[in-house]
Amino acid sequence: MTSTDLRITDGVERGPRVSFQCDGREVEAHEGESLAAALWAGGIRTHAGLHEDGPPYRVLFCAMGVCQQCVVQVDGARVEACRVLVRAGLDVRTRT
Amino acid sequence: MSALLDVIVLGAGPAGAAAAVEASRRGLKVLLVDEALSAGGQVYRVATGIRASKATPERAAGDALRAALAASHVDARFGHRVWQVERNTASFAVHAVHVSGPVTLTTRALIVAGGAVERHIPIDGWDRPGVIGLAGATVLLKAQCMLPGRHVVVAGAGPLLLAVAAGIIHGGGRVAAVVDLQPRMRWLRDWRSLASRPDLLARGARWMATLLGSRTPMLHASAVRRIEGNPVVSSVVVASLDAAGRLGAGTRERTIACDSVCLGFGLQPATDITRLLGAAHAFDAARGGWHVVTDQHQATSIAGLFVCGDAAGIAGAAAAPWSGRVAAAAVDRHLGRVSVAEALSATTPLHAARDRAARFGRAMTQVAEGGDGVIAAMAPGTPVCLCEQVSRATIDAAVDAGATTMSEVKSATRCGMGPCGGRLCEDAAARLIALRTGTSRDAVGMATGRPPLRPVALDQLAGDFDYDALPIAQPVPL
Repeated sequence: MTSTDLRITDGVERGPRVSFQCDGREVEAHEGESLAAALWAGGIRTHAGLHEDGPPYRVLFCAMGVCQQCVVQVDGARVEACRVLVRAGLDVRTRT
Repeated sequence: MSALLDVIVLGAGPAGAAAAVEASRRGLKVLLVDEALSAGGQVYRVATGIRASKATPERAAGDALRAALAASHVDARFGHRVWQVERNTASFAVHAVHVSGPVTLTTRALIVAGGAVERHIPIDGWDRPGVIGLAGATVLLKAQCMLPGRHVVVAGAGPLLLAVAAGIIHGGGRVAAVVDLQPRMRWLRDWRSLASRPDLLARGARWMATLLGSRTPMLHASAVRRIEGNPVVSSVVVASLDAAGRLGAGTRERTIACDSVCLGFGLQPATDITRLLGAAHAFDAARGGWHVVTDQHQATSIAGLFVCGDAAGIAGAAAAPWSGRVAAAAVDRHLGRVSVAEALSATTPLHAARDRAARFGRAMTQVAEGGDGVIAAMAPGTPVCLCEQVSRATIDAAVDAGATTMSEVKSATRCGMGPCGGRLCEDAAARLIALRTGTSRDAVGMATGRPPLRPVALDQLAGDFDYDALPIAQPVPL
């Protein structure tokens, strides 16, 4: 799935294109997007999350800071991806 | 610690913003706190990363809310995550974290406008990537102009089913099926309440027209039994409920391919703060389940604590600003600034407007009721608490071993003890307990409220400190 697949285009004008790193992989997104949505649209659907031997965690479930499924490390701090806005050069890590 | 405020409003959605503006208009020293970066709550959330998109009634309402707030004297603190609220003698202390460090605010009165959280019924495979909450899907569609998938099953109960399905189609995606717990036309049962808001009724009719126009399969009195994928969702297995609402073993099943499932079973009031403070709560399915008990003036059982909006029982966004204004007037009276007679004459029209608007929201809440058959049919291995990986079988075993209340099951299994604080699983766990013990939700109760209200990092709480300046007690002489 390409990164533009899930973004609605009809009548929508987005912010500037930027890229950031997730576990060393480059993800294209738009400045100001929610990080969770950007990961989702960028094809990153799962991460290791809290349980090393458990099922994979989701990068997107409640999208409003409740479920804690999207908690990742952003520039060294543990935070819900749905509460972070994308900017160029973010360093996102899904395992510590 | 800052000076004592007249009132702090927690939550800047339609109820909290209106409460804060009204309190400020009345000359109260008011502070509005929200963890989001701007006002509007979830329903009127600001789109981010978007320069321009199609105008919607919700965006207009959100812009009006934000303009009213900006024009007021309300001191609004965004990006503040409240993790603890304490009651002292005639005052409250609110502890929050902000990027700049920890913050403690003290106030004579507190208005809680915490809104709602989505209700989930665990289904085999609901923890797969690609399963998104219906409320989360509305955020994705409205605030990110993004589809949850290209080919989506929209399942569960309540008005968000139609909103999300229509939003996906308008956005250029396909809806593989809408799987609705309710029988066809169930939502028309309370048509008198719906007719009280012709604008909202018309919006629902437009969603329905979109679905009919796109020939989207609408499966009524049906539920998703399993969500399959490896690990990302690739299909769902759907079964129809019998006349008694059960999902029996003999029910015919069908498999529907999809790349995402939007799943939710209505909204329930956010009770975390009021539980923590020890206010009286009651269970009423028509109000979304457990909710804090409030009187006509939005006052709780605790002096100085007021709750407005969906947190006081699901009544919808249209009723929220009215209940917010009632709460602000009640604070004015609580602080002894206006007489009871003055407050009553000024707020009677607000009460009437609030109660009228709430009729629509309540009717919509009832559309999301039900699901006992889905709870009963839940497979033993289905994870109920996702944070702590507690399955139905574990909860049932705890009940069989003697746990009969939510707090006892929580202690026995860790269900609800993870980082989400039980907000995702507690309703389902309590339903499982009620089912197995044959008692009511009142008897099962709620888990005791505990801080932190939200996960907070220790270094955020500690803030900047000088290690050498920390007082270290001298060892006790032997």
